[in-house]
Amino acid sequence: MRNQSRITFYLLLTPLVLWLGLLIIIPHIDMLLISLRERISFGVYETSLSQYEKALTEPLYLRTFWRTAVMSVLATVITLLIAFPVAYYIAKMAKGRLQQVLFLLCLIPFYVSELVRTFGWMILLRETGLISSLLQWVGLADQPVELLYTDATMMVGLVYTSMLFIVVPLVTTLESLDDSVIEAGYDLGGSGFSVLREIIIPHAMPGIVSGCIVVFMLSLGNYLTPTMLGGKDSLWFTEMIYNQFIVRSNWELGAAFGFMLLVLSSVIVWGMLRLTGRTLKETMG
Amino acid sequence: MIPTIPQSRSFRLVYGGYVALFFLYLALPLTVVAVFAFNDSQFPSLPWEGFTWNWFFGEERPQIGVFHERGILRSVGTSAFVALCVAVLSVSVGTTNAFLFNRYEFRGKGFLYVLMLLPLVIPGIVLGISILVFSSTLANGLWDFAQMDLQALRPGLLLVILGQFSFITTIATLVISARLQKFDRTLEEAALNLGADRLTAVRTITLPFLAPAMIGAVVVAFLMSFENFNTTLMLVGSDAPLTIAMFDRLKEGSTPLLNAVSLLLMLGSSLLALLVILFQRRG
Repeated sequence: MRNQSRITFYLLLTPLVLWLGLLIIIPHIDMLLISLRERISFGVYETSLSQYEKALTEPLYLRTFWRTAVMSVLATVITLLIAFPVAYYIAKMAKGRLQQVLFLLCLIPFYVSELVRTFGWMILLRETGLISSLLQWVGLADQPVELLYTDATMMVGLVYTSMLFIVVPLVTTLESLDDSVIEAGYDLGGSGFSVLREIIIPHAMPGIVSGCIVVFMLSLGNYLTPTMLGGKDSLWFTEMIYNQFIVRSNWELGAAFGFMLLVLSSVIVWGMLRLTGRTLKETMG
Repeated sequence: MIPTIPQSRSFRLVYGGYVALFFLYLALPLTVVAVFAFNDSQFPSLPWEGFTWNWFFGEERPQIGVFHERGILRSVGTSAFVALCVAVLSVSVGTTNAFLFNRYEFRGKGFLYVLMLLPLVIPGIVLGISILVFSSTLANGLWDFAQMDLQALRPGLLLVILGQFSFITTIATLVISARLQKFDRTLEEAALNLGADRLTAVRTITLPFLAPAMIGAVVVAFLMSFENFNTTLMLVGSDAPLTIAMFDRLKEGSTPLLNAVSLLLMLGSSLLALLVILFQRRG
């Protein structure tokens, strides 16, 4: 019996180890190794840090890197600010049927491909688009207005794409907050603002953290939205990775970019967890 | 700020208005995509040229509908094949993972669990390129070693399937683990007492209990695979799945054909999602 249990254990362990080993760990180590070499001539490589040196000294690369980081943080903050009141409304203000319906409505965009969502924004915002026509019809503009290809448009798209991933965890944590706790806060003389700051937000913190992490990751790793909605100046770091890999076939530099993106996302996720004293296991699992 | 605490009328109006605006924002892009699928014009934009079904059923140029457009149909087939493979693979591995983490205590368990969560916090593009790099290292090694060119290791469907599998498995594991945790172990013990062996007990008692979560995970995995873009983009070969095919067309300029495809996609995935919700409510 003891022996049989051990065999079962190894049978169950094998797929996990194969999956993580062959598709996650070894590929990333290989990517790191490739990023650490330099092409001397055809088929001859040397180990060096020159790819990272290139990435950190070329102003375009460096600027894109920081811009992507800052814009992703900004997208996360905006998403949180927009979503919080809505999540609160669904969790605490709406009751019964309405609550269920609103929650389901929030889920719909998730079931629609990101490509379709981006396409929708293009139809709305382009020069011949709906918003432009509407502005002309109202009389606010006397010629077609191009609303695409700016940072603001890209932000609208990024926020839209990741909205759901923050609404759901927020609703879940807010629902678990007992109404009587809020009432007690008011009874003890708290104002709406102090109740929000001292009772509701601390209680919702787990949802806020896990939502923010997911939104940040999705924005940072997004390729479609910046490519389709962003302008010529709003190059995204993922676009540079794609360019190096597919367009220029410079895998060494591309791998270095990939690794920089990975480090950036790990550092920010780790920082967010540290700041709030939570672990990845609690937040994701 | 709960219904039992009185609020001023204007506050409630403003709050309700804000929530309504939010849902308008949520619905707007999807609505326009759907509506312009029926525009009788070459462009999915105003002016509205009248209602037509041509972008679905049209047989002649310039309005060839979805159901007669070979390229799109083929890419739908490709996507469905990939999604099916990914769903079956990831739910199988997800189930064994769930049993492993739920039933066994072993050294390094916590570490393995965190490692298992990792694919969720790795950007999809990075997952894609790391697998691309590794498989090409393997292919080159094989060539140097045995002069064998294994096409399967070059960008193509196998890599797309593996790439999507690599992160969807985490989600399948989480969904199935959540259900397994609620399982009452004494039921299994009762089966053992009644003379069943371990495998029979798991097959007849535990797996049926897990079935709703497994079916839910299959559907979620299928949808995620069908919609995946980032990882697929880096690993795709000559057979493009639907999202890649649509992306290529979108770059060239769009016709309402793409709206029609999008509308069908929306209908298809909401139908699947609805089925899961109904199924889970019964289960």
